[in-house]
Amino acid sequence: MDRFLDSFLNAKLIATTWPAILSGLVVTIEIAALVVVTGLLLGLALAMVRWRAGRWFAWPLMLFVDLFRAVPPLVLVLLIFFGLPNVGIELPSFAVLWLVLSLVLAAFAEEIVWAGLIAVKRGQHEAARSTGLTETQTLLYVVLPQALRLAVAPLTNRTIAITKNTALGTVIGVPEIINQATTAVSFSGNATPLLMGAFAYLLLFIPIIGLGRLIESRFAWRRQ
Amino acid sequence: MSEASELSAGGTGTMRPPHPLLDIRGLHKSFGTIEVLKGIDLAVSPGELVFLIGPSGSGKSTLLRCYNRLEEASGGSIWFDGQEVLADRIDINALRRRMGMVFQSFNLYPHMTALGNVTLALRKVLKKPRAEAERIGMAALEGVGLAHKAASYPGELSGGQQQRVAIARASALEPGLMLFDEPTSALDPELVGSVLQAMRDMRAAGMTMLVVSHEMRFAREAADRVVFMDGGVIVEQGPPEQIFGSPRHERTRAFVSEVAR
Ligand SMILES: Nc1ncnc2c1ncn2[C@@H]1O[C@H](COP(=O)(O)OP(=O)(O)O)[C@@H](O)[C@H]1O
Ligand SMILES: [Mg+2]
Repeated sequence: MDRFLDSFLNAKLIATTWPAILSGLVVTIEIAALVVVTGLLLGLALAMVRWRAGRWFAWPLMLFVDLFRAVPPLVLVLLIFFGLPNVGIELPSFAVLWLVLSLVLAAFAEEIVWAGLIAVKRGQHEAARSTGLTETQTLLYVVLPQALRLAVAPLTNRTIAITKNTALGTVIGVPEIINQATTAVSFSGNATPLLMGAFAYLLLFIPIIGLGRLIESRFAWRRQ
Repeated sequence: MSEASELSAGGTGTMRPPHPLLDIRGLHKSFGTIEVLKGIDLAVSPGELVFLIGPSGSGKSTLLRCYNRLEEASGGSIWFDGQEVLADRIDINALRRRMGMVFQSFNLYPHMTALGNVTLALRKVLKKPRAEAERIGMAALEGVGLAHKAASYPGELSGGQQQRVAIARASALEPGLMLFDEPTSALDPELVGSVLQAMRDMRAAGMTMLVVSHEMRFAREAADRVVFMDGGVIVEQGPPEQIFGSPRHERTRAFVSEVAR
């Protein structure tokens, strides 16, 4: 038991490592916030453009969506980080992680929002158009709010999943939580920093889950 | 034409245009290779209530939907209030808000209150400020006896109340013509009366109405004219007494006796 406590909850190590873990948490929060904002907005925009545009947009979009949903994010991160310099584009590791995770989240979000859009009954669209609303107004005020209500739960899950993927930044040297924790582990030979890292993720996710539930309940208007 | 002049002679004294409010000539509509409307001619005069009846699948809904171009006609012409509806350069949204439409399945927006449903187009199409839109919206709800339900969501209303909100949503835009597509077919029998009453009130206020419905009692009482459609053509039309009492065509007779049972 003492050995267990010593290797997972070493008080001295906690005291010396927490500033590093905390700075990792800050970096993780920064990336996660950026990724969630750009990924969700891009996914939403893609679904809306797909709604307004025809086939010509749907086909290339499907290619993008399937690619970014199928290939493991780790592979994408490595590919972009080590591949882009070969064609003369040097991106900092932070930017690579942001870009890749945003595109992955956008791909999932587009499909989720699209599924919501086509689940809204056709009659809603017709009723709106019959009162003189334009196609775009119909989308914004009538169809999209109903689609988003269906999309909130799966979008929340995707947001949590993509935030966890910020840990991939460690392989390209982004100083996020796991990077800080594994560095501390290799210096100390003790697993305590990893447990601190896990704790840092809990700190991060509990508010996100709570926020998701709050949005869900706000969206749950009374239905027949 | 004679109906129009009769109407203006017996009307309130204001001059009515000599031409019909809605004038359909040779309207055709095909879905792929299937021809659903096979040359429809129909004119509706201002203030007239025209009932459209016919078996399921005869093209009644398609016809109504061609009027405001929810469906694109394949041929023919539609004139509404002196405008050519099928013209390429027409402002279709301006036209649609002048043709109110009421659907069998109500199609209220579930995420908005009754008042929100009624005011959306007032604000976004007619660009009324919120306060004015709400004043007009409340008056429209008042008109269908539902001012006290303004803050209720569709899910909290009965089918009859939902349909009356849908009527208020269309009438708040002050359309020149109201199209009803089986407005009471989805309702429990005890709720039909309140919707018919709202339509009666609308008629009394002088609204021009084109109604697809099988409420024969209402047709006898309120319709100026009944049009019987079958297989994509108008088979017979005339005053309700004629269509229901002594139809000239065998198909009309068969349909009327079927529905009356
Ligand atoms: N969007 C559509 N695509 C193909 N066929 C359609 C479509 N809408 C209606 N139809 C067909 O057109 C015919 C007339 O339909 P409809 O106008 O709804 O008749 P009614 O309202 O008189 O019952 C039916 O045979 C129906 O199957
Ligand atoms: Mg129909």
